[in-house]
Amino acid sequence: MRTSTRGSRRLMALAAIAALTTGLLAGCAEDSDDGSSNEGGGNGGGGKTTLTIGTFGVFGYKQAGLYDEYMKSHPDISIKENVTTRTDVYWPKTLTRLQAGAGTDDIQAIEVGNITEAVQTQADKFVDLGKEVDKSQWLDWKNTQATTKDGKLIGLGTDIGPMAICYRKDLFEKAGLETDRTKLAEQWKGDWGKYVDLGKKYMKKAPSGTKFVDSASSVYNAALGGEVERYYDKDGNVVWDKSAGVKKAWNVAMDVATSDMSAKLKQFDKPWDQGYANGTFATVACPAWMIGYIQEKSGEAGKGKWDVAAAPTAANWGGSFIGVPTASKHQKEAVELAKWLTAPEQQAKVFAKQASFPSTPSAYGSLKPAAATQEYFSGAPITQIFSDSAKTIPTQYLGTKDQPIGTAITDVGILQVEQKGKSPAQGWDAATAEIKDVLGQ
Amino acid sequence: MSSPKQALAHPASSADAAPGDQPGAAPRAHGRGTPPPGNDSWRSRLYRWDMKASPYAFIAPFFIVFGAFSLVPLLYTAWYSLHDVQLANLDGQTWAGLKNYENLLSSDFFWNALWNTFTIGVISTVPQLVMAIGMAHLLNYKLRGSTVWRVVMLTPYATSVAAATLVFVLLYSWDGGMINWLLDFVGIDPVNWRESDWGSQFAVSSIVIWRWTGYNALIYLAAMQAIPVDLYESAAIDGANRWQQFIHVTIPQLRPTILFTVVVSTIGATQLFGEPLLFGGVSGSKGGSEHQYQTLGLYMYDQGWIIGNLGKASAIAWSMFLILLIVAVIQLLISRRLRKSQ
Repeated sequence: MRTSTRGSRRLMALAAIAALTTGLLAGCAEDSDDGSSNEGGGNGGGGKTTLTIGTFGVFGYKQAGLYDEYMKSHPDISIKENVTTRTDVYWPKTLTRLQAGAGTDDIQAIEVGNITEAVQTQADKFVDLGKEVDKSQWLDWKNTQATTKDGKLIGLGTDIGPMAICYRKDLFEKAGLETDRTKLAEQWKGDWGKYVDLGKKYMKKAPSGTKFVDSASSVYNAALGGEVERYYDKDGNVVWDKSAGVKKAWNVAMDVATSDMSAKLKQFDKPWDQGYANGTFATVACPAWMIGYIQEKSGEAGKGKWDVAAAPTAANWGGSFIGVPTASKHQKEAVELAKWLTAPEQQAKVFAKQASFPSTPSAYGSLKPAAATQEYFSGAPITQIFSDSAKTIPTQYLGTKDQPIGTAITDVGILQVEQKGKSPAQGWDAATAEIKDVLGQ
Repeated sequence: MSSPKQALAHPASSADAAPGDQPGAAPRAHGRGTPPPGNDSWRSRLYRWDMKASPYAFIAPFFIVFGAFSLVPLLYTAWYSLHDVQLANLDGQTWAGLKNYENLLSSDFFWNALWNTFTIGVISTVPQLVMAIGMAHLLNYKLRGSTVWRVVMLTPYATSVAAATLVFVLLYSWDGGMINWLLDFVGIDPVNWRESDWGSQFAVSSIVIWRWTGYNALIYLAAMQAIPVDLYESAAIDGANRWQQFIHVTIPQLRPTILFTVVVSTIGATQLFGEPLLFGGVSGSKGGSEHQYQTLGLYMYDQGWIIGNLGKASAIAWSMFLILLIVAVIQLLISRRLRKSQ
């Protein structure tokens, strides 16, 4: 009898090892081979091609019903969206997968802050879309950002972030300020400094518990968004410490940070969301993509109280691209889908639902925001305001480390002045040390 | 170790395995070859092999997994730490020698992170273990529904870091957070919990304490219940009250357990990552505008995944590993001391 127990023992061990190793292998494989499975579409069916699209945050495709529409017209395709909410998690993950040549989605979104890095270091990992589309559909500067030196277009522009100022009409009225959007825009036209001056006026009679603006960093980003020269020059050299644009935006932000007109909130933090709900700040520099966010976070209580006015200068903040990795198993289908998703008609649909602003000017004539949005923002002509801004946005030169440099300035430099009462000079020094660390100097 | 097993294996195999169980098997197995001399038959060889190899087969899964997911990455990280590697260009590594380490030693951010890891470690571990002993002591009394209390104590540990931290972020929020509201109630000025130096460290520690106190308390409770009752009885006869019993009976008996929890907590504190990252919210990897709660784990994450400097991040990872080794040696020395003194 002893042999039989021994035998079964051995068998069990073998089984255990086998189970474990297959489990491991399955775990490894899971990531990459879901290309042929049937999830996502919901309507199952064999022989379908499943296209995956990797995004961060809300792109609005699902919300605007674009996936369903495409699947209806292409019965052999089913689409699955993989969302990673945090950009700082999404991008490193995508980078490693691109280089491994495995595990990427069939379509990958690229944030504008990362586009230069993608263009300069990952160009050979993306399909050249330049030959597939009519490039003249997009704004020139949008295409330029995603084009390599030898003319390869690695991403199609989705939305852009033309800037306006969203403000609480009711709070402005209580503070005894002008509430008409055109007159307001006239008051601060051409200079963010004038906007800050108005803030000082607001603070003199501010309704209790409210501040003029959400944070100094948001003003910095908005002001910088209108400058040609940011952190890099045309040839890709780092010039952030000499850049006229950075200096200008920094000074405006310092004016905000040192004059107690900011609610000192960090954008996209939970307390910032609460700030919307409680109405603790009267204005926020709002790129088009923030319109939907404000509606969602301010909720019913903010309905009809918000209004939109043109920003002091035309500026761009954010916006993304979608590209097709060469590692995609269904390149042809993926390119088709990417083309369709970024075509003017579809971009207009996303705008109608989510107010993400199209990067294709031919869509501007037909843009219609949702009736609810219109009502929410006191009937402001947001289409007009954002289009006007979009058409005059300057071409900006971006660099490989745009994102971390920007973070160092806003989340270290400006934050120290705004929240810790440091002097602007100290804040600048702190940001400098941080950026040196980023650049490995 | 091996000799008793062999001593057991030899006689057993010769005695009953060959002739006993399957009469037909032995001749067939040796049929064509030379007949095995004496007790070195095929079956006995198999048996001996089984006795020797099976244990290895049983423990193999762990070591295979350990090798694939711990050892290889560990060594690979060491290799990376000697190179200039960018996240955007993993294949284009260039030899850097010890440059990354020199870079670290001269970096204020590294020393700051090391110091923060230490201070946050102390202000989270010490109160946590003290409170855990206290709670275990209370739970050790006869209580109505004691299981309920014990389960409730373990729930913070079962909560995910993310969920717990998000709640704490709201509690500690600078504008309209509940803690500042309570402080205001008793007439204390609101504290900017995320940006103040000690405030942010205290806030991060409180999340750690909240999550781990119950866990440690249960470990202490288990150890307490193993303490013989007669020790307490004789102490009571000697006139010791509850408190004296706790100090003179419970604590000395718990010594090995306390040491264990200290070791585990120290390792946990050195690797502290999730709580400060999520507490910082957007761009939490900086650990505040002055890096006031940036731990080593966060610094590594920031260097590797945000800035994209994998070589330096690997050097940080190895520094952490070395620091943990040093800590382990110190603790080994202390525990040896303790054992001698007992």
